[in-house]
Amino acid sequence: MLKKLLPPLIPFVVVTLALEWMVRAGIVAGYLVPAPSAVFRALLDNRDELAAAMAKTSTGALVGFALSTLSGIVIAVLLSSSRAIQRSFYPYAVFFQTVPIIAIAPLLVIWFGYGMKTVIASAFIVSIFPVIANTLQGLLSTDPALRDLFRLYGASAAVTLVKLRFPAALPQILTGLRVASGLAVIGAIVGEFIGGAGLGSVVDVARTQQRVDKVFAAVLLASVLGLALFGLINLISAVTLRRWHASEQETI
Amino acid sequence: MSDSIAIAERGVALRLEGVRRVFDNQLVVIDDFNLSIDAGEFLAVLGPSGCGKSTLLRMIARLSPPDAGRIVTDPDAFQVQYQTAFVFQDAHLLPWRSVLDNAALPLELMGAGREERYARTRAVLDQVGLADAEARYPSQLSGGMRMRVSLARALVTEPRLLLMDEPFAALDEITRFHLEVRLRELWKIRGMTVIFVTHSISEAAFLANRAIVLARRKGHIKLDRKLDLPVERANTLRSDPRIGEEMNRLMSAMEEE
Repeated sequence: MLKKLLPPLIPFVVVTLALEWMVRAGIVAGYLVPAPSAVFRALLDNRDELAAAMAKTSTGALVGFALSTLSGIVIAVLLSSSRAIQRSFYPYAVFFQTVPIIAIAPLLVIWFGYGMKTVIASAFIVSIFPVIANTLQGLLSTDPALRDLFRLYGASAAVTLVKLRFPAALPQILTGLRVASGLAVIGAIVGEFIGGAGLGSVVDVARTQQRVDKVFAAVLLASVLGLALFGLINLISAVTLRRWHASEQETI
Repeated sequence: MSDSIAIAERGVALRLEGVRRVFDNQLVVIDDFNLSIDAGEFLAVLGPSGCGKSTLLRMIARLSPPDAGRIVTDPDAFQVQYQTAFVFQDAHLLPWRSVLDNAALPLELMGAGREERYARTRAVLDQVGLADAEARYPSQLSGGMRMRVSLARALVTEPRLLLMDEPFAALDEITRFHLEVRLRELWKIRGMTVIFVTHSISEAAFLANRAIVLARRKGHIKLDRKLDLPVERANTLRSDPRIGEEMNRLMSAMEEE
């Protein structure tokens, strides 16, 4: 555990100390980039407000992420069931991915109003595509010999999906979820910029008040949230793939 | 004689009549292919890469239909789904399942209950020398052990027809020798019909009772020979002059164009 944590911790400590020194020495202006100590003070001074905001953003990101996981997998299963369905609908999934969330966020407010629904919708929209793409990829790359084997013993399409195609796709699905988890946090923050509340709103308000330290404090918390979600997926991945997949072999 | 009676009851006889297979509407892989295989026969199919050996096996397994001709099996009521087993070139195990659950897969797919499934699977794992490894996962096994699991998975349904597509090609020689001896023993005990595709002449000669050599084009049979070798095949037979003679015959058939 320490072996894994130490390498990324070293640059963090070095950069933090260097930044602190540069701000104190006047090389970097404190109103542009706050000293790490100032960010830490902002975290402490506004802890109640930030904790409440963090809880809201977490809820929005998590619910959005859960929705995109569930519907992304269901959509991928449907797309993989027939080449015709795939050809007809997959281009729209790609198109959906290219729509800039920041441009349609105001629309979401019109549709869902100010508040949580908009935040969830925003997190959902930006995080669903990697789930669909990776799950579909995984479902379509089942070992043909194993498909033959299942056919030989008369397995139905449903049995083949549950016992072969889905478990075989799990590594790719988890890769999709890793990408989606980070995007869900970004989506939630974007939704909050427009729809109010949460860390996104804290950033927006602090920015207009020139409170760069508070902006940084909120951004820091948003990153922690993203990391926590990413860590959660890694944990699930380690537990489910521990026995069999090369990417998790070293961890045992 | 009692041996051959048991064989006739267990194995399946096959007849391929005018079988034709075309890929992408142009490449004729196999054309007008005729072959009779006796019940309980151990047939080796030799031939250069791309001569249609694997295609032939897939058609017999009914994984891909012939474009013309027919494949008849005897007894008539032969249900390919439950009585045919297929062993591929690589083990192709499910990495998320233990050895026991991998080998039990066919029984599970056929709807056998858990207790029956495990009892039958354990008996077969014992026969292939994996009794102590049932809780292990494929990532923890050597190539030879994985192939043993694959073999156990094929045998667990007590198939009457065993189709093997270069199953030992990727293994080191010592492991291959052991598995060949084991396979031959299991064939003798079970009396199933085996069709064994390989491009190793020595493997074909050591294992089979009958060998056919296919030409590079259209699956034309260049040589069809009952091997003049004893029923008992131990590793000592490998240096016997009789097997050398059979190998020479097979080799010259493979070389002529």
